[in-house]
Amino acid sequence: MRSRGSIDCRLHKMLLTQDKIKLLEKKAAAIRRSIVEMLIEARSGHLAGAMGMADIFTYLYFHALKHDPKNPKWKYRDRLVLSNGHICPALYATMAHAGYFPVRELETLRKFGSRLQGHPHRDFLPSLETSSGPLGSGLSQTIGMALSDRIDSGKSSGRQYYCMMSDGELDEGNSWEAIMLAGKEKIQNLTVIVDRNNIQIDGFTEDIMPLNPLADKWRSFNWHVQEVNGHDFSEIDRAVGEAHAVYDRPSVIIAHTIPSKGIPEFERKFEWHGKAPTTAEEIKVALRAVK
Amino acid sequence: MLNPSLNLNSHLFNRDVELASMRAGFGEGLVNAGKADKDVVALCADLTESLQMEAFKQKFPNRFIEIGVAEQNLVTVASGLAMAGKIPFIGSYAIFSPGRNWEQIRTTVCYNDVPVKIIGSHAGVTVGADGGSHQALEDIALMRVLPRMVVICPCDAIEARKATEASAKTDQPTYMRLGRDKTPIMTGEKTPFDIGKAHIVYQSERLTGSSCDIGIIATGPILYRALRVAKKLSEEGKAVRVMNLSTIKPLDEKAIIKLARDAGAIVTVEDHQIAGGMGSAVAECLAEHFPVPIEFVGIKDRFGQSGTPQELVKHYGIDEMHIYDAVHRAMLRKK
Repeated sequence: MRSRGSIDCRLHKMLLTQDKIKLLEKKAAAIRRSIVEMLIEARSGHLAGAMGMADIFTYLYFHALKHDPKNPKWKYRDRLVLSNGHICPALYATMAHAGYFPVRELETLRKFGSRLQGHPHRDFLPSLETSSGPLGSGLSQTIGMALSDRIDSGKSSGRQYYCMMSDGELDEGNSWEAIMLAGKEKIQNLTVIVDRNNIQIDGFTEDIMPLNPLADKWRSFNWHVQEVNGHDFSEIDRAVGEAHAVYDRPSVIIAHTIPSKGIPEFERKFEWHGKAPTTAEEIKVALRAVK
Repeated sequence: MLNPSLNLNSHLFNRDVELASMRAGFGEGLVNAGKADKDVVALCADLTESLQMEAFKQKFPNRFIEIGVAEQNLVTVASGLAMAGKIPFIGSYAIFSPGRNWEQIRTTVCYNDVPVKIIGSHAGVTVGADGGSHQALEDIALMRVLPRMVVICPCDAIEARKATEASAKTDQPTYMRLGRDKTPIMTGEKTPFDIGKAHIVYQSERLTGSSCDIGIIATGPILYRALRVAKKLSEEGKAVRVMNLSTIKPLDEKAIIKLARDAGAIVTVEDHQIAGGMGSAVAECLAEHFPVPIEFVGIKDRFGQSGTPQELVKHYGIDEMHIYDAVHRAMLRKK
């Protein structure tokens, strides 16, 4: 399947026009602004991954996903599972901008009684597909959902299953148990997007626990593997279209992203993995970048 | 005498009491649950035959998923299935599931609030020859500490079947604990089973009013040993009641408090660490509502080893003589 090559957007539900790309870029900028504002307000949270994945979340919620923000439990929706729950500010901000709940509610992130818990919890926000936080389990859950669909509908189900993972969480054994199972079960309507931002809390992934050659690892587990620039909507769209077209195995898109994307002073610094701008200077720098 | 209203096995004190595998009871219950509800699915981690899930697999091949030796994946895939509307039963040895995959159970099952049914076999020192690595003695503690989790420890194969069928009908996360050995059949087809309901299965013939000398509370197949001790004590003139506490969570507090009130002293009996086990649950309840002396028969902060179940039960202090001694210690402590 690797040699299948590029597949245009015909198989895709919507054409990604230049106008649409401009619209997505505007949305992504607004979502990044929201992420920064909510983390400043919360005084804690994970900045780098959330900012790095803002473009991909924007693309999915405003272009690719079959979903209905006014009817979040719509039976025929695509499923998006956030396995690396700590980047939930990106998910929350995108959902708010997509109309799941008011944008102003983002101010309540990490506060007592908020629907926007520090890590996602469906008890508080039922429109989430899963509660998450502890790493390495989201892909298994997504596979379980897809298997349930297969049991009910056979292989012809039109639903797509997306699982968002971080590169750091590939240190977890549970992740590879899931990767092995999806290869075995040939779950063709499953697309994993790995946030390949090369950082984890203690440092750079290749210093802490090397993952390379990452694409080869997935390939050897019988996945269809693509690598994209995670900030280029055309590339993302092409890869997602191809992932949908692959019919005999699950797909992974390794999205090369820049941690803290959008705040040049913080970009690519692993120190921003697990914190929010809190000093007056940091807040000034962050807000100036996203205004 | 056995509580006549419960339709228990009237031959259970006979030398040739019928033995049956609790796992077989589970396997049969799983097939029945699968017939009753098309959403029941089953997953196993390379122990399909040992867990007696083979019959389900044969009957419903589309609804059975082999996960391989990967218990963390076992429960997390089940979580996803449950989120999509299925009732997944996952089977392995208790030391691996819920032993190895505890955090996944906490987060993806309980915290996510989905009805995954976790079946842990090979619990207790009675696993025998496999040795301490395979004898789960901590699983009740691990599961009963989790919010939303139901914990069931059936006493025999029939109760295991009924518990399986009953748990398939609830939307709660559930853990069911099974032993390895064939164990005496104590209940009957018509014995009532309800999740969360404890029963007094035995009381001395001389008992007329409500008060008695001692209340014994047992969970799992070791109930059989407690019953034999109760019979001996009755023959010696003691007034004894024995409770089958097959659901450890939610705890039938009302029944436990009544027994404590009637007896004034309690002995708990389980093939599990004393720390955090069934006895701890009983003690938490009674310390708060009706404090009485309690003696705990269970494993005392040790690991198991190889041997026959009888050798191990004796060595680890959970045999009939230990129950008998605990009863006398508890009675001496009564005010």
